[in-house]
Order: sequence, then C-alpha cells, then structure tokens
Amino acid sequence: MTEANKITRNRPGNVHLSLNVNGENLQVSVAPYKTLLEVLREDLVLTGTKHGCELGECGTCTVLVNGQAVLSCLLLALECEDVEIETIEGMAKDRKLHPLQQAFAEHGGSQCGYCTGGMLMSAKALLDSQPQPDGAQIREALSGNLCRCTGYQQIIDSVKAAAATMRDGATSPGGDTP
Amino acid sequence: MTGANRFSVIGKRRVRVDALSKITGQTQFADDIVLPRMLFCKLLRSSLPHAEIESVDVSAARDYPGVYLVLTGQDFPVEYGILPVSQDERPLCRDKVLFVGDPVAAVIARDEQTAGEALGLIDIRYRPLPTIATVREALLPTDTPLQEYAEEANIHRRLAYSFGDVEAALKEADYVFDDTFFYEGSTHLALEQHAAVGVADPDGRVTLWSSTQCPHYVHRAMAKTLEMPAAHIRVIACPNGGGFGGKTDPFNHEIVVAKASLMLGRPVKICLTREEVFYCHRGRHPVTMRLRTGVTRDGKLTGMHLQTLLDGGAYGSYGVASTFYTAVLQPLTYHLPRYSYQACRVFTNKPPCGPKRGHGTPQPRFGQEIQLDKIAEKLQLDPAEFRLGIVEKPNTLTANYLKIGTNGLKQCIERVVTRSDWKNKHRKLPTGQGVGLACSAYMTGAGTAIYWNKMPHSGVQIKLDRSGLITVYCGATEAGQGSDDVLVGLVAEVLGIEPIDIKCVTGDTDLTPVDLGSYSSRVTLMMGNAAIQAAGRARDLIAGAVAERLEIPVDHLGFAEGRVFDVGDPSTGMTFCEAVICAEEKHGTLVSTGSYAPPKAVAKFPGAGVGPSPTYSFSAAVVEVEVDTETGIIEISCVTIAHDIGRALNPVLAEGQIIGSVYMGIGEALMEEHTTRRLAPRLSDALVHRNPSMLDYKSLTMHDMPQVHVEIIENPDPNGPFGAKEAGQGPLLPIMPAIANAVYDAVGVRIDELPITPEKVLKALNLKASGREPRIGPKRFPEIDWPESVFVLPPWEGGDGTASNKPERKRAAKMHNMDKVATS
Repeated sequence: MTEANKITRNRPGNVHLSLNVNGENLQVSVAPYKTLLEVLREDLVLTGTKHGCELGECGTCTVLVNGQAVLSCLLLALECEDVEIETIEGMAKDRKLHPLQQAFAEHGGSQCGYCTGGMLMSAKALLDSQPQPDGAQIREALSGNLCRCTGYQQIIDSVKAAAATMRDGATSPGGDTP
Repeated sequence: MTGANRFSVIGKRRVRVDALSKITGQTQFADDIVLPRMLFCKLLRSSLPHAEIESVDVSAARDYPGVYLVLTGQDFPVEYGILPVSQDERPLCRDKVLFVGDPVAAVIARDEQTAGEALGLIDIRYRPLPTIATVREALLPTDTPLQEYAEEANIHRRLAYSFGDVEAALKEADYVFDDTFFYEGSTHLALEQHAAVGVADPDGRVTLWSSTQCPHYVHRAMAKTLEMPAAHIRVIACPNGGGFGGKTDPFNHEIVVAKASLMLGRPVKICLTREEVFYCHRGRHPVTMRLRTGVTRDGKLTGMHLQTLLDGGAYGSYGVASTFYTAVLQPLTYHLPRYSYQACRVFTNKPPCGPKRGHGTPQPRFGQEIQLDKIAEKLQLDPAEFRLGIVEKPNTLTANYLKIGTNGLKQCIERVVTRSDWKNKHRKLPTGQGVGLACSAYMTGAGTAIYWNKMPHSGVQIKLDRSGLITVYCGATEAGQGSDDVLVGLVAEVLGIEPIDIKCVTGDTDLTPVDLGSYSSRVTLMMGNAAIQAAGRARDLIAGAVAERLEIPVDHLGFAEGRVFDVGDPSTGMTFCEAVICAEEKHGTLVSTGSYAPPKAVAKFPGAGVGPSPTYSFSAAVVEVEVDTETGIIEISCVTIAHDIGRALNPVLAEGQIIGSVYMGIGEALMEEHTTRRLAPRLSDALVHRNPSMLDYKSLTMHDMPQVHVEIIENPDPNGPFGAKEAGQGPLLPIMPAIANAVYDAVGVRIDELPITPEKVLKALNLKASGREPRIGPKRFPEIDWPESVFVLPPWEGGDGTASNKPERKRAAKMHNMDKVATS
C-alpha cells in the first residue's frame, strides 16, 4: 500500500471559497474542478440537492442562484463566490414551511421525493417572478425537472394551490416544520 | 361514536407520513450517507459484448496513490441470482463478459476521482466470442452459449401449456383472428441512481445500506456470495428514489462494497452513474408475440392461443417468471373457455431484462387489446359493448385456474365510457382526432415466494410504549409508492389513534421481521393484513386490561380519537396512553406481532405457482389523441382511467399511483426505447447500448403529459386490508393499447408495435395513400422448436387443476441436469 495521500501527479491544489448558501456565509476548500452540486453535497453536506444524470438533463440538482433556477451540476463552485445560493434546506424559513412545501405535502406533489428538492426550487423561482401563473406557465417553468413517479399532475395541482394560498395572503395553515 | 363504515384514517385524503422529510430535503437516500474514514468504489465495466477474460493485470491500479484495494472476479467464487433456477451472476465477472457494461473489476480509493483514474490502469485481455445481437441469432445452435444452463442454442426457457383443446375451439369459431405484435424494451429510469454503503463491524459482521426494493433478497444473496452466516449480515433499505422494479435484484455493486468493507475494515460507498444504471437495467423485456383468437359472430370468445418470444439479455434475472407473466394473466379480463400459450426467453449480449412495472404483462395486454379492437370492428360492435359482453365474472376461476375475487371491470368500462363521452366520439371525430379504449387486470402480489418456503410473506411487530408511542416494525420498503403511509394508516385505524403517534421502522433486516420486498404490488395487501393482525392483537391486550379496570365487558370498548371508552357511555374511558399504561401494568412489557401468507394456489400442475394472487385489480382507460397527418406527431389530448382498487386507503396516494402509471405507460407507448446498436467497424463493431444517457433516452416532461381523469372504483375485497387491492402497476397496462386504438380511430392506420413514433405513423399513412395495408408491425412470428404442451382441463370441463401429462423439458443432448426445481 503506497503512502496514500501523497499526490504524485500535478493535481491542482484546492481553492478557498466563501459561499453564501441559504443566507449563511460558508467557507470551503475544494478542488477547482468541483461543481456547485458536488460542493453542496460533499463539502457542505447539504444532501437535499440531488444528482440523477451527470449531464444537466434531469433537474434534480436545481438550486436558486440570485433567485434564478439553475442546474448546480453544470455550474463550477468557483463561479459562485458572490451570489446568493438557495437550496431546498433553506426553503422553510424559521421553521415555517413555504406554501409550496405545504401544498406538495397536501396534494401528493412528492412520492419518492428524489425530484422534490429541484422541483420546489424551480417552482419557487416561478412564483417569485410570476405569483399567479396559469397551467402553461407552470409547465414551462418546471419542464426541466423530470419526475418518474407522479406523472406531474399532482405537482401542477400543488403549485396552483400554493399560488392561491399566497394570493389570499393566508399563512399556510399549521405549516410549521415538525 | 364510530359507525361501522365511518373510518377515521382509512379513506381520508391525508398528508403521507414521509411527506415532510421529503419536501424539506431531509430524507436520507443511500448516496446521502457520509461516514468517517469512508472510501469510494468505482467499477470497471466490459467494453466487449461477449468475450472470455484471458488475463487481468491490476498491479498498476493497485500502486496508484490513494488506491486501497482492487478486486476482480477471482475474489468472488460464488454465483448468485434472484431466482434459485438461474444463479448465473457473479459480483465481478471471472471467466466471461456477456454485455458491454458487465462489471469486471472494482477499485476502492480515497475518493471517486482517484478510483476513476485508477480504473484506466487496469489491463484486461479478452478473447472475443461471437456476439448474439438479436432473438433470431439467439435461436441458432451454438457451442458458446451465453449461459451453460441454456436449454439449447441461447434459449433460456420454453414454456408450453394448454388449458383445453384450443385448436378445436378455434375451428368452432366463426372467425379466427391471427395477429402479430412487437413491444420494444424500456427501462425504469428511476431518478435516483443505485447507491450502496458497506460497513464492516470490528467483530466481523457487515452492514449494507442500499437503494434496494428487496433487502430480504439482497440479504440472502450476500450470505451466499460472502459465504457468511446471514445472521452476521445486516441490510438496510434506504428510501428508494424510485424503483419500479429496477431495484428488486441483488446487484454486483452491493456485494462488492460489502466485501471491500470487510477486507479493509472501513466503510466503502459506491454510487452508479446514470450510464451504469442503464447497464444494470432489469427493465421491460422486448417481446414479439402472436395471438390467434376464435370468436363467434355474436361476439363471444371461443379460445385463444398466445405465443411470446422475449429478448432476455445476458442473464437470467427474474426471466423465468417474466416469461410466465407474458401469458398467465391474459384470461383474467374476458371469459376464455379455452386458452393455450407457448412462451420462450432467449439470451442475447445485452443488459439483462427483468421486472419493470407490470412485469411481463403489459406486452401481451398490448397485443390482446388491439386484437379485440380489430375483432369489434369486424363484428361491427362498439369496442366497449363488445368487451362488456365478455367480461369475466367476480368470484370465479379462469381456464388456467386463477381465482378471481371481486371484479369491478364492468363498472370500470361503464365509468370511462360515460366520463370520456366515448359514445359521441368513437368513429365520430374528424380525421386526425380519435379515441381508443383498452382494459386490463393485474395481480395484488405474487402468490408464490421467489424461493420456495412455508413461512409468512410479510411480518409486522408492534411495540407499545408507556409514553403512548406505537412503533411498527416491518421489512417492507418505501420506494415512493407509499408503503410507510399504508402501514401507519392501518395501525392508526385499528388502534383509534393519530398517525403522528405512530413511528414506523421499515426495511432493516436486523430490526424488522421479514417482508419479501416491494414488488408485484404485494405490499399494501400482504404487509397490510399482517399489520391489521398485529394491531388487532395489541388492541386485545389493551382492551383486556381496560375492561377489567372499568369493570365492563370487553366488547363494550371503543377505540377512537386517541381514547379507549365504553361505547354505551363514551365519557367513561381513558386516553390511549393511559390505556397502554393500564395494559403494561397487567401484562408486563407490551408487544404484538402479525403475519400474512397468501392462500395456496388452486391448481397443482407444474408451473402453477406463477400467476395466482390473493386478489386481482382491474382497469379500463380511454385515451383521446390528435394525430398530425403532415408530421405524424401524436398529441395525447386526455386520458380517462377507471381503476377497481377495492378501497383507496389514502386517495391522494392512490390517485398518484394511477396517474404515475398512466405517465409511464405513455412513455412506453410513444418514446421510450432501451435498444442497442453496433459501433462503427473501424472502432470495434461492438454491440453497445444505443442511448445510455438521459439526454438520448427520451421520457415525458411536464409538457408531454396530458390531463388524466381518474375514476376510483371501490368495492372492498375480503382478501385485502379494509378491502384494498393494488394500484401501482395495473393502471399502466391499458394505456399503450388504448393509444394504438386511438391512433387507428384518428387516422385509420394500425401501429402493431411500440413505440408508436411519428415516422411509423407517416409510413403507415403513405401505405394507406398507396392503397396498401396501412399497418406497421412484425409480419411473422419466428419458428421455435416448442416442447410438448402441459395439458390441463379447464375447471368447467371437469379439470381438477392437475396436468394430464408430464412432458420432459426440451434439452440439448449435452445439457447436464442443472436446474432441478421446475420453477419457483
């Protein structure tokens, strides 16, 4: 067994990054080639963001960067030093579920849960920019997020229900995180 | 307080018990597991479709900085496989590789990057063997069969059964319809790639976390391959990020990381790439089929003869069962006085096929429901009326001795006909628009276990704690289908408490009693019945103590809304928590168990074990399409589906399973293809997977999914928990044939194969324009040397379920007698 951690090849040294994730400033030291997805999952242990395809096709790695839905598997962590990153773990603010989370729970918007993080991020970006979307706008905004369990219908229902809740200004009933 | 049929939990639209952890990103999937000193494993996979392994030199990889261990086929002497009759897999290939992607070596290193780099340093020498690329090639004699236990050539298994004299029945018929169809292969495409973590204990035991639907079967395979007592192995099924049958086999990577962890004394993790998931496959078998069906002038079926040919891929997997399933469920929907089938699975140098949602039954259903549409047209009957005239009755036996309990197919057809306005649309819409109808039936759990045994199929334990907390332990595995929610919901209903007061521990071979796994739609019924028994016994323990305390007869006690009380005088009683304390004072520490084993199969003929089920669900669907005659593009306008579910335990989840089934069915009908192609000759001419990436393998996005109108038909079945039957697989079956029938109604062309693509529609339209038969589909069913049929008289011809002959299985002369067990 050779001395395992001696790196003979000229693998680049780590870079030091300061990332703003879910409103917190986090410091990481990572290999420069790491994607934002890998840094979130492996270095920050924010494993709510998922991977499903390694080539920016499935949408499970969707996070918000300055409010925009972005595929974190196609984004180098290096590029994310002075942006605001939001992941599924930051969606419920001070233990209160976002109306989208509450609606997904009540309308069957999540079955296995693997696409749910990315789906909720895309939905949040949509409602933040278009509070009362119609069916076509919801489909367009979430068409980059594949789901293999639900057949999408209960997801669309959930987004519509959340939009209605937010329109009526009612805080979502009993929406506290347990 | 509680009326006989007014339930407090069952039948209510509830938030599923695992919803909140999923919508907050807290659910821990297998690849989310991080442990101290954890190492990472990558597999080296074959680049040749069929070759002998001459030599494997791993020295360079072993010396690469950051590498801790390199394993090859030499490290795994014992073979395994999901079915006892086809133990043909090895964690890493030792002698031969059988498809591009077959694992041959494993590197365990400090991180994935290092492991991946080291893979390139392994030097493997292959001696190529002839590639078997098609089913026709697989039928040709060979002296290098992919599997030694092949019957002959590359034939894995041939089945032939006759229930009554079908040829006579066809002669009596006014018309005999003879149609051939082809159903392309597809894969599960669960969004979560397979992942597993092996952790060895200091005292030589090992734990495996894995994204698996069947921890019990992984447990058995690990005990065999690691040559360790099963008692020293723990398999924990993590919540699956989707399974659909793709995570029901024990897999190479699971055994490799467990072995590596035992050798290194450190946790070892592996997560497959999407490409590797395509190579694991175990998905839908491509099936060529031929149906010959006799029908009388007034629309009654006299008999059917079905032939199927399955392209099985490189290994056995569930293949023998899949082969049976391409035939055994067909007589469930319509009364078939006589029925015979011949089914054959072959080996090819492709990723192995296995169970995908519906497991072998969507393929023949596709052919049967299109043929019925052709028959109805010939007899000038409305397809719905034609089917209503021949639907099978409830509480009856089929020709092949499947016992039907409740049967809501008639209601399903009537409901979708009304809801979809069928009568005003079929053959009445303008060209380019059309509606199609199809029906199906599916089993609620396989009546026979994968390995022959007399033990329960599902066990549940309940711990009652003086805090009032109820903990329910069961081996069943949550793959997104909602098994945890069913488990908790049923126990809550029986004990009259809220789901929040129940915690469930599932899919952990150390902690939970055995459940065979999440496959064949068995969990709701089998786990459910075991849970109801366990909860009922817990309730009796409590009732005995409380009745004594309150000095009232036991049967005066009610359990509801978290209280135990005198039904005659509800104010007399106590909280559930107080009742548990009362029971603990009387009985001591409180625990109860329940278990379930399905009823014995009715028939005794060899192979009768595949098909029987405690009960069957039924579905009917109407699909409305628009076909653009310029481009051939098909737009699904809407789908109306009725599903006979017995009782929807949680309607939100039941609707989710039905819509999800419709979605997956549309994918297989229009766009999904799990196929292979040849690399260019100047490269290697190797047979490789055509589209092993989510970019190339097409599946529906939100844009492609039509509105689905769901009609839940409830007439509770006595065999199901509170009458519940399955909902996770049945609703997929009618979608593909309904789409094909709708395309015919829209533009008058028959696409007798899947997928139904725009170019096939255009080709058919051109055939039609030039006066030729507007049909795309296979012309002929291949010649196969079938064995003599097992002959069994149908029940109504005096049969008693036994075979009247015992034909020997057809074998090549040199075959040494490998598999003694006929089938499990």
